[in-house]
Amino acid sequence: MRLSPDEMIFWQYGLFKLNGTIVFTWALMFVLAVGSKLITRKLSTGLECSRWQSLLEIVVTGIEKQIEDVGLRHPEKYIGFLGTLFLFVALASLCTIIPGYEPPTGSLSTTAALALCVLVAVPFFGIKEQGLGGYLKSYVEPTVIMLPFNIISELSRTLALAVRLFGNMMSGTMILAILLTITPFIFPIAMSVLGLLTGMVQAYIFSILAAVYIASATRVRKPTPEPDVKR
Amino acid sequence: MDSITLIAIASIVTAGLTIALGSIGPALGEGRAVATALSSLAQQPDSATTITRTLFVGLAMIESIAIYCFVVSMILIFANPFWNHIIAQAAGK
Repeated sequence: MRLSPDEMIFWQYGLFKLNGTIVFTWALMFVLAVGSKLITRKLSTGLECSRWQSLLEIVVTGIEKQIEDVGLRHPEKYIGFLGTLFLFVALASLCTIIPGYEPPTGSLSTTAALALCVLVAVPFFGIKEQGLGGYLKSYVEPTVIMLPFNIISELSRTLALAVRLFGNMMSGTMILAILLTITPFIFPIAMSVLGLLTGMVQAYIFSILAAVYIASATRVRKPTPEPDVKR
Repeated sequence: MDSITLIAIASIVTAGLTIALGSIGPALGEGRAVATALSSLAQQPDSATTITRTLFVGLAMIESIAIYCFVVSMILIFANPFWNHIIAQAAGK
């Protein structure tokens, strides 16, 4: 009963192990990077554009609108990070259709790495927006007594992000494996459809929560007059 | 009752109890959340997208409690450190 793709070893050389998580992560990175590069080689700004370019435009404008709805003005500053989070987790769970594939997010290492990226990104964007003093002052709001609680909430938010994604992905693959030994044929197909749905929802949740944390860190304390761009 | 039997019984019973009790709370919470969201959707259908998005985010946060309980019971069944330790001890003897 395999608990995670960490236990699928493809190649081993002494201490250096090439396990399923690493190989599938590389495959996903390859598909995303090479696919996007091929599609954006000849971008057209006219009315005629290839269907792949339309697909990418739908994805990018959709994510931009979602980031703006959360409350982050100028979504182009954050779409690189947040869009990559969403696309990686969504593609990782979408590819479970392919036989022999295990989602790398079903291993706690991958989800912990993604959650650590969010943990680093939140102060990074906060300091970029408000300066070091302004960001650090947000930790002692509303009173100085709240300082340890604010720090604990930062760390527990990161832990919750990692465990939530890991638990959802791992439970999906494990339930599928158990069902395949009990009732092959019809019921595992229904469960794998449910697994796809929860995978997409968890990808959306992960990136929206990251956006909400970044928004709360870059929230301007004193309202500055800024021309409101109506979309 | 030797320690191998005791560890096995404790792990199995705890795994079952963890997931049984741990899914009651989140299920009730999610039911209340969806019910309130539906009634506010009926009152203000114009803000449907905001309400739906907030509902999904809230449901994910509530769901993560049930996921924690599930992870604990999976660890107890499949990656139990006490069981591995006692089995390694018994095999080494």
